[in-house]
Amino acid sequence: LVCFCLGPGAGQDVGRSCILVSIAGKNVMLDCGMHMGYNDDRRFPDFSYITQNGRLTDFLDCVIISHFHLDHCGALPYFSEMVGYDGPIYMTHPTKAICPILLEDYRKITVDKKGETNFFTSQMIKDCMKKVVAVHLHQTVQVDEELEIKAFYAGHVLGAAMFQIKVGCESVVYTGDYNMTPDRHLGAAWIDKCRPDLLISESTYATTIRDSKRCRERDFLKKVHETVERGGKVLIPVFALGRAQELCILLETFWERMNLKAPIYFSTGLTEKANHYYKLFITWTNQKIRKTFVQRNMFEFKHIKAFDRAFADNPGPMVVFATPGMLHAGQSLQIFRKWAGNEKNMVIMPGYCVQGTVGHKILSGQRKLEMEGRQILEVKMQVEYMSFSAHADAKGIMQLIRQAEPRNVLLVHGEAKKMEFLKQKIEQEFHVNCYMPANGETTTIFTNPSIPVDISLGLLKRETAIGLLPDVKKPKLMHGTLIMKDNSFRLVSPEQALKELGLAEHQLRFTCRVHIQDPRKEHETVLRVYNHLKGVLKDYSVQHLPDGSITVESILIQATAHSEDQGTKVLLVSWTYQDEELGSYLTSLLKKGLPQSTS
Amino acid sequence: MAAHLKKRVYEEFTKVVQQQHEDLSAKKLRLTKPSKSAALHVDLCKATSPADALQYLLQFARKPVEVESVEGVVRILLEHYYKENDASVRLKIASLLGLLSKTAGFSPDCIMDDAINTLQNEKSHQVLAQLLDTLLVIGTKLTENPSVRMRLVEVACKHLTDSSHGVRNKCLQLIGCLGPVEKGVAKEVESQAAKDVQKIIGDHFNDQDPRVRTAAIKAMLQLHERGLKLQQAIYSQACKLLADDYEQVRSAAVQLIWVLSQLYPESIVPIPSSNEEIRLVDDAFGKICHMVSDGSWVVRVQAAKLLGSMQQVSSHFLEQTLDKKLMSDLRRKRTAHERAKELYSSGEFSSGRKWGDDAPKEEIDTGAVNLIESGACGAFVHGLEDEMYEVRIAAVEALCMLAQSSPSFAEKCLDFLVDMFNDEIEEVRLQSIHTMRKISNNITLREDQLDTVLAVLEDSSRDIREALHELLCCTNVSTKEGIHLALVELLKNLTKYPTDRESIWKCLKFLGSRHPTLVLPLVPELLSTHPFFDTPEPDMDDPAYIAVLVLIFNAAKSCPTMPALFSDHTFRHYAYLRDSLSHLVPPLRLPGRKLLSSPVSPSITPHEDPSQQFLHQSLERVYNLQHLDPQGIQELLEFTIRDLQRLGELQSELAGMADFTATYLQCQLLLIKALQEKLWNVAAPLYLKQNALASAAAKQILEETYKMEFMYSGVESRQVVIIHHMRLQAKALQLIVTARTTRGVEPLFGMCEKFLQEVDSFQRCFISELPHMQGSFVDKLLDLMPRLVTSKPSEVVKILQTTLRQSTFLHLPLPEQLHRATANIIEPTGESDNPLRFTSGLVVALDVDATLEHVQDPQGTVKVQVLYPDGQAQIIHPKPADFRNPGPGRHRLITQVYLSHTAWTEPCQIEVRLLLAYNSNRSKASAKIPKSTWSESLEALPQPENGIEGTIPFSKPVKVYIMPKPARR
Repeated sequence: LVCFCLGPGAGQDVGRSCILVSIAGKNVMLDCGMHMGYNDDRRFPDFSYITQNGRLTDFLDCVIISHFHLDHCGALPYFSEMVGYDGPIYMTHPTKAICPILLEDYRKITVDKKGETNFFTSQMIKDCMKKVVAVHLHQTVQVDEELEIKAFYAGHVLGAAMFQIKVGCESVVYTGDYNMTPDRHLGAAWIDKCRPDLLISESTYATTIRDSKRCRERDFLKKVHETVERGGKVLIPVFALGRAQELCILLETFWERMNLKAPIYFSTGLTEKANHYYKLFITWTNQKIRKTFVQRNMFEFKHIKAFDRAFADNPGPMVVFATPGMLHAGQSLQIFRKWAGNEKNMVIMPGYCVQGTVGHKILSGQRKLEMEGRQILEVKMQVEYMSFSAHADAKGIMQLIRQAEPRNVLLVHGEAKKMEFLKQKIEQEFHVNCYMPANGETTTIFTNPSIPVDISLGLLKRETAIGLLPDVKKPKLMHGTLIMKDNSFRLVSPEQALKELGLAEHQLRFTCRVHIQDPRKEHETVLRVYNHLKGVLKDYSVQHLPDGSITVESILIQATAHSEDQGTKVLLVSWTYQDEELGSYLTSLLKKGLPQSTS
Repeated sequence: MAAHLKKRVYEEFTKVVQQQHEDLSAKKLRLTKPSKSAALHVDLCKATSPADALQYLLQFARKPVEVESVEGVVRILLEHYYKENDASVRLKIASLLGLLSKTAGFSPDCIMDDAINTLQNEKSHQVLAQLLDTLLVIGTKLTENPSVRMRLVEVACKHLTDSSHGVRNKCLQLIGCLGPVEKGVAKEVESQAAKDVQKIIGDHFNDQDPRVRTAAIKAMLQLHERGLKLQQAIYSQACKLLADDYEQVRSAAVQLIWVLSQLYPESIVPIPSSNEEIRLVDDAFGKICHMVSDGSWVVRVQAAKLLGSMQQVSSHFLEQTLDKKLMSDLRRKRTAHERAKELYSSGEFSSGRKWGDDAPKEEIDTGAVNLIESGACGAFVHGLEDEMYEVRIAAVEALCMLAQSSPSFAEKCLDFLVDMFNDEIEEVRLQSIHTMRKISNNITLREDQLDTVLAVLEDSSRDIREALHELLCCTNVSTKEGIHLALVELLKNLTKYPTDRESIWKCLKFLGSRHPTLVLPLVPELLSTHPFFDTPEPDMDDPAYIAVLVLIFNAAKSCPTMPALFSDHTFRHYAYLRDSLSHLVPPLRLPGRKLLSSPVSPSITPHEDPSQQFLHQSLERVYNLQHLDPQGIQELLEFTIRDLQRLGELQSELAGMADFTATYLQCQLLLIKALQEKLWNVAAPLYLKQNALASAAAKQILEETYKMEFMYSGVESRQVVIIHHMRLQAKALQLIVTARTTRGVEPLFGMCEKFLQEVDSFQRCFISELPHMQGSFVDKLLDLMPRLVTSKPSEVVKILQTTLRQSTFLHLPLPEQLHRATANIIEPTGESDNPLRFTSGLVVALDVDATLEHVQDPQGTVKVQVLYPDGQAQIIHPKPADFRNPGPGRHRLITQVYLSHTAWTEPCQIEVRLLLAYNSNRSKASAKIPKSTWSESLEALPQPENGIEGTIPFSKPVKVYIMPKPARR
């Protein structure tokens, strides 16, 4: 019943996440990302795919953004302002705060630096943000009467969230990017045991089990410390948000602990603005920061100061964080050129570098670089590589699946080959279906929805009182009237149903004649029958009424002599349809005749 | 408050008597005296609405009920219970019944039947649950009676089918607490409803309500605690509960599994989905490991803690917990730890790290990779990386316990522990350092590990650094480079934090004595000697140089070839250090220096026995002094005291004992001296001046006795008696002195009475010890007691005087161990010439750091005193958190003292010292006020702090130069 359409982007690919989910007639778009690698139309998802004609607003019920990375929200202004979407967009508070800063930065680079036209404007970003509804963690938001969403903590970056989308009893969990191991500033992802019908999980590290984070941290700190003690300078090229903050905290606390004095600089720009938000959203950070912020907010850096161009020539040791992270342009490259010649200095690359960038070249061991203007730059400084990634590894993904206990799993945001392995593992260990659709592929998953029915408390109590204690394992039989009205189901007692529907009660009675060969008088026959029944039906109330009839519970038995043959008595057995079971049992019992012993 | 209540009750009662006398007497036949029950009854009768009645009951619950009237009160409550229609009032009554049956001394069997009867007709589930709770209280009070227990269990079983979770909860709790534990009892009553409690409880493991499931597991655990052997069949049931949706169920289930694994470690269980079988303890271990990555941190903490105590687990399971089986792109990857090890063993230590250094090597078989169901795999890796520090601490503790029992595991977990030294939370770092210390005899640190350990020495937290010094004291280092590295880092630490001096020296002392052969090749380098040239003599006061020397001298102790490498000044420095820092520098047998060292070294080791003998001999000698003339006695005592004091100085082990005895003899000497004065024979009243000596002596004896009682740890009751006896004598002396100097009888009356009271209380407290005190002052005094009580003060004084003079000297038995409480203020050092300046009227914080030895309960007794030059004294109570406990008998006080004063014209010195507060009531058991369990609400009120009677200074005062400046306008 859950129809799943993998729309414009994502699929078996990293970057440009955009997923479309149809769940019980509701259409939800998850993330709206762009691809960093392209500069033409391909960078945005193809939204015309969603509806050939007709407005997006009519088709989509809501859009959910999991976190502020551009490959998850980069196409948002384009989508909402240029393509046209007016419905609600949901994201968490930190994402809402930081997202526009990044979008604006992205716009600046594309439009102002590269001179592209036909791109969204600052005003569009603002207008787009007006459509955003911010949600809190674990807050259930009713998008409309049936559709509700709920956010869970996902680690990864500040404000990253996993979303549970629920319509009726069907639900989907979309993880976005998440991290199951805590780091220096964020905690680990966590989700309820919500048992969704489908879990859409990222799978960037589908085939990796990572080493403990501590070794990497320690190595990093040791290297920085040694270089600084030697009097060297350390350059750490970073992207503005996410890992940069983690490294800052790491260094800051280390400086604090070890009482170091060498200055740490952070190249200014959007970082400062973003840092401001990091300070504000303390509740989204890890335990340590949350617990100590009363004494001191960890993001109020004591040792880390804003960088100025002139500082790069200062003598003595220092540590500089500079953007961008791949050393391909900007401040980090400028500093790198200044410092590369001294073997005392060091550059630490904290992440992956795309081929063709200076970062990639030096990491692959090239010592002589050709710069613009045919300059040859000899790299004497030490080059180090440290990977600090905030995605869940294979074990983390499995752990999340174990926590959520979904009925189906769908892997996105990863490479096809790697996903194949993980898929196999998931199917093998959890015995659930696992899918991995390609771009533009649609996956349909059939669910087995359970239909909730309201039952009146009186009826429930009455029914549970009969029989044994409720047992989890055994289904229980109940008697009642099911009323289906205005899309709602109710189970009520028959009397109430009659009352509500304004119907008079009709009684259905079955009457049956049983012939018994008995030469005695009528009342004697009745007495025999009475004794017999009394003997057989020990648990029921059998009564002999003064008018010569017998009642067993509400079943009436009367005996008359046969009009023709006095030796044959006719027993009239009459019961209502509710007592059908007992009634038919009684007739069959009486048909067998009375036992001889009683005579 | 209480007084007010009492008054109110009384008023109510009097009202009753006037208005409803007949009514009351008809009903309350059994009540012999006006009691609480009567008042309560009236209150309840008057109550018009349930809310009123509830109010009365609430008020009633605030005050305690005497044991005698409990039953009456219960009857009244029950009577109202039956009449009451409102469920909330019944609930309160039910809870009151429970509280009442807890009253000490009351046996609730008389009300049990009634309590069970009330259950029959009760409709409200809440009240029912409360009643069962009451029954539980009754049952726990009557545990000796099996039939009562059986009956209660039966009642509980009957209500297990109730539809409310609260009732079922309580029933299970009741069964858990009272269910039959012994097999025999169970058989006797097999016919009855309560048969196999385990089965009954086990059936509720699948209850629909998670609270009931939890209660069922808890009841099972309770049975286990009470000694019932749980059946192994429960294990599979419990395993299913591990996957429960609710954390409290999972948490309890983990405990249950642990219990079972301890009960049946060796039995074999099958592995599902394969036909293999493993030991139960291994299986349980795997399952609990699995819970370390549970969704709820409460469960994670629980699981991590329990892992530590599963010592029977097989080693390959254990080692799996540290192995996460890394891979990258489906290829096996080595962990950073493995790489470090390899790097180390291949000989090239400091290679720069290249990108792709951690490139994965061999391909792995996709089928063989288990991502989640691998049981113990990586449990500790996960636990140590957990988000919550509580889990991390629990994991570190568990690692510690497991490593202590398995050396091979200790070796393996080392890398992980070392990693924890960089945790973001200080507590975790500290805990892991302590853990490492505890397992240090099982391990040897590799150089790269040592490197990481030493990096932490720069930590700004003092606790961390000191813990690390302690750790280094007992680690094994494998190479001489390691030692060198450690020394260099410690010296770096010393320059950065000069206050760590003592601790670093101590650390190097042990490092040296543990690794003499590794230090040997380093000696020339460390002392910077040269084969041909003389090098300049280093500065003797440089702490870093002293540190190096401490390392070398301690190594030289067990390495006789080392002194040959020393240069001349080293020997001189040795002599100096041996004298000034004798606790850090061991005696050495130096070649050609025999003369210097020989008188010192032999006197240390074989000294112990003779000195002990000497102590006893001198004591023996003293006990014979009865036969000497007064002059002789005094001289003997004086000599002995001198001897003992000297002995205490020489022999640190006997210092406590020697000082203690010396103090006692000193008291005796003072007493004798005071009594021997001629003026006693003068009949006339004395001048103040004349008795100065005697009264001073009395005062000093009193002080000394307090010191003896409270400053020594290990004092037993036999000594306490003697001390108190001495004090009594001093008081008698005081009384005599006052009697002889004051005119008039009035003040004497009071004093005499007080003295007699004290004699009386002495007799009461130490009645068991009196037979040992033949011929003593007290002994004689007690004989004369009847006379003393009736006679006039002047006569009393006369009697006292004679008894005091005639009484014999009591033999002081020595306890096994006796240590004198000492305190040493490390900081402030008192050497600074720069006054601490601050604005008058504001406060300045002074850091105080002191070590305390042999102080019992320092949190309660140790105070800091600040003496200002104007004679003003301030006593500061340090916070309990300021005391640390680095070892048995040792404490460390690190606190801040706030000083303030009005402006001075020039800087002046204040004195800071430590005091030991005492309270003579503290030692007596009678001081404990019996607490009533009845009204918790009253007890929550702050009670007056048990008073401090006096203080004993027990540290040398330290002078601090301060200067309060007048505030600038």
